[in-house]
Amino acid sequence: MASIDIKGVKKVYAGNVTAIHELDLTIPDGELVVLVGPSGCGKSTLLRMIAGLETITGGTISIDGTVVNTKEPAERDIAMVFQNYALYPHMTVRGNLEYGLKNRGTPREEIDRRVAEAARILEIDAFLDRRPRQLSGGQRQRVAMGRAIVRQPKAFLFDEPLSNLDAKLRGQMRIEIKRLQRSLGTTSVYVTHDQLEAMTLADRLVVMNGGRIEQVGAPLALYERPETLFVAGFIGSPPMNLIALERLGAQSALDLPAGTDLVGIRPDTIHLTAPEEPHITLGATVELYEPIGGESHLHMRLEDSGQLIIAAVPAKTAMAEGTSATLYVRTADLHPFNRETGRRTD
Amino acid sequence: MVENRPFLNFLTHLVLIAGVVIVVFPVYLAFIASSRGPGDFVSGVVPLLPGTHLVENYSTIWNEGLSSSGAPPIWVMMMNSLLMAVAIALGKIAISLLSAYAIVYFKFPFRLLAFWIIFITLMLPVEVRIIPTFKVVADLGMLNSYLGLTLPLIASATATFLFRQFFLTIPDELMEAARVDGAGPLKFFRDILLPLSRTNIAALFVILFIFGWVQYMWPLLVTTDSRYYTIVMGIKRLAASADSEPLWHLVMAAVILAMLPPVLVVISMQRLFVKGLVETEK
Amino acid sequence: MQTKRTIFPNKLLPYALLVPQLAITLIFFIWPALQAMKSSFEREDPFGFKTSFIWFDNYRKIFADPNYLGSLGRTAIFALSVTLLAMIVSLLLAVAVNRLLRSGKIYTTLLVWPYAVAPVVVGILWWFIFNPSIGIAPYILRGMGINWNHRIDGNQAMILIIIAAAWKQISYNFLFFVAGLQSVPQSLIEAAAIDGAGPFKRFWTIVFPLISPTTFFLLIINMNYAMFDTFGIVDATTMGGPAQATNILVYKVYTDGVLNLNIGSSSAQSVILMLIVIALTVVQFRFVERRVQY
Repeated sequence: MASIDIKGVKKVYAGNVTAIHELDLTIPDGELVVLVGPSGCGKSTLLRMIAGLETITGGTISIDGTVVNTKEPAERDIAMVFQNYALYPHMTVRGNLEYGLKNRGTPREEIDRRVAEAARILEIDAFLDRRPRQLSGGQRQRVAMGRAIVRQPKAFLFDEPLSNLDAKLRGQMRIEIKRLQRSLGTTSVYVTHDQLEAMTLADRLVVMNGGRIEQVGAPLALYERPETLFVAGFIGSPPMNLIALERLGAQSALDLPAGTDLVGIRPDTIHLTAPEEPHITLGATVELYEPIGGESHLHMRLEDSGQLIIAAVPAKTAMAEGTSATLYVRTADLHPFNRETGRRTD
Repeated sequence: MVENRPFLNFLTHLVLIAGVVIVVFPVYLAFIASSRGPGDFVSGVVPLLPGTHLVENYSTIWNEGLSSSGAPPIWVMMMNSLLMAVAIALGKIAISLLSAYAIVYFKFPFRLLAFWIIFITLMLPVEVRIIPTFKVVADLGMLNSYLGLTLPLIASATATFLFRQFFLTIPDELMEAARVDGAGPLKFFRDILLPLSRTNIAALFVILFIFGWVQYMWPLLVTTDSRYYTIVMGIKRLAASADSEPLWHLVMAAVILAMLPPVLVVISMQRLFVKGLVETEK
Repeated sequence: MQTKRTIFPNKLLPYALLVPQLAITLIFFIWPALQAMKSSFEREDPFGFKTSFIWFDNYRKIFADPNYLGSLGRTAIFALSVTLLAMIVSLLLAVAVNRLLRSGKIYTTLLVWPYAVAPVVVGILWWFIFNPSIGIAPYILRGMGINWNHRIDGNQAMILIIIAAAWKQISYNFLFFVAGLQSVPQSLIEAAAIDGAGPFKRFWTIVFPLISPTTFFLLIINMNYAMFDTFGIVDATTMGGPAQATNILVYKVYTDGVLNLNIGSSSAQSVILMLIVIALTVVQFRFVERRVQY
């Protein structure tokens, strides 16, 4: 158990390509912190720098209070779960689990004890003597996690471990990982590009973009108060609608902070009946009606501007394509942004 | 095969049988000759059917050899060949594994230069540098020794390239996982890379064993002491007595013996042999 | 040059790993090659006391030597003949085997093993067949009115070594042709059949063009083989004779250098051979590798 402190860390590749601009981040002891962002945002690079698989160009990374910049991965007392599992194909499952411990000179009884314990937790005891190629994707993923657990490290590092699984399996494994982390209490850093995975797993969410941190906070906090336009558009599905302030017409007399020129509206805050609280109205025509099941997505074209927006409405609302409707949004649900700074104005 | 054309099928088999006959016939003749007695060759035509002297010929040539030719008994030469072939195969594999590992998994100054130096050996077969290589070996005092027979033939670019190609296909994450698991470069090499290279090593062994076994010009140059003759070079001596007609039945017995080990290796390990052949030429 | 995404950070270890191969390469390959080049510019006086630098004299001499020029020509004829003969026969066999499903495996086993036979042994086998006194081939040829004695007739000697060399190479070419043929998508052949092409037409218009990378590759390999790996065959059968008729380049280097101790000339010949190998290797890597990519 340990906290990870990242101070002023940056990564520049040969040819002056900056992958990570000076970054500060604290990962508190025992938390599951998720690094999320689009491809190329630097999240994997940051994870690999924590692991010791990439060199650090500037700044320091400390694990449990000790600066580890120059330490080999094996010396940092971390364990990593790879996207492609990286199981040793020529060893049995047991061999895979034991390898790290053997290299550290752990006594035989201790190795056996830990392997049995991990196998029990992950329910892989049945195939301890099989080879990886005889296992399914989900089973292999569990073995990869078992390899991390037996090491009893200071921190777990997950590099998009579920990307290779199908949607259903992904959902199941997500729950298992969360439960596991809770029961073991090990500090964990988890990288993914999937915002749903990020939202459901994180104790603390770190949204990254272009080698910088956009926002850090609890998942719901990021959802309800995105600080930057990027976070607003990235977190939440369907994505937040962004409408220029002038398009709201007379309603620009709204009491919005100075500097606001862009307003964000989450699809699930658009209603088809007028609420009691102060609200704005928008006229729109239905272009596409998508019944998801629990709710329906209406793709609508605003009347005055012609902009396409998405509304998430209760399932029973059947709206034929081509019908016009009036949309209502509470002013409290409006997210004010400034287009130039990209940041929230309140 | 798209349509059913029985005539073509017949032709196909005909062609293949003809091919097999062409390929097998010389050896068949040799085998026949090796089973005949000394008198069977004077009549001016070579016999086509087996004789009765099989065991006798083989044991003579194996144990005593042909003293007139200056070559030792066959078993001595077979041993030398075996040693040479195995040493060359193992030697080439060992140093190529190390070199390929260095080139793929490390970055260091002059890496490209090292790669090219190794590559150049492809363009310098021994037949092209005989005299000076002989001189170097002589200067090092390695004439008439197993070292002199094998060492100069051990550097091999093909094996290094093959292993390099193979190492490049191994997923990066395997090495990263091993590093996280506390394996340094040598442990990784021994615990992960080597086991995964097993088939390639076996395939290469077949090819390199044959390469070592069939060496002719080099052993010819480097050995003057008959104790170090290899079977392949010694055979020529048996067959080439300048004055009289060679003792064909014994010479052919030696020829069959000389062919046996590599042919057996190829046939018993055919799949590995084909794999090795195809991989080394890519 | 391609490397892995992650590498080990050790700085000294790679050098240690490379030492064995580099040491052997430098001592037994590079240094002798440099020596050969140096000697090719020198002349050693007959008692071995003095070597003098004579520029390109050795080269001038050998290019003026009708024996050498003859050897060049002979090698070219030999290499081309062996290549053509070996490739045509093996292609035929490969096409035949490719048509079979089950028995193909057995035929393949029966056809690949000559690869394992040493060139010198190949020479002895064929010398036995063509031996003027007791060989079966002269016996048959005599029945047809042809007198065979390759010890006297230079052309017959050349034919002998061509046949022997080609025989050995058939299995190698066969394997590669089979692999090449199998890589031609069956769907193309079926499409051609639907388009009305019979088996022969299909072969020449579809299959043969598609295996051209393999063909080209084997062309280079066979030339290389004929020029350098056939020393044993010549030594076992004709020893360069009669009267230089089969004295191909690689054999000449040996006779001039080892038997006649003409170091300067032999070194110059070695250097020229080296240049030829380099040229062939460059052609192979430049053109063949690129085309084989698809």
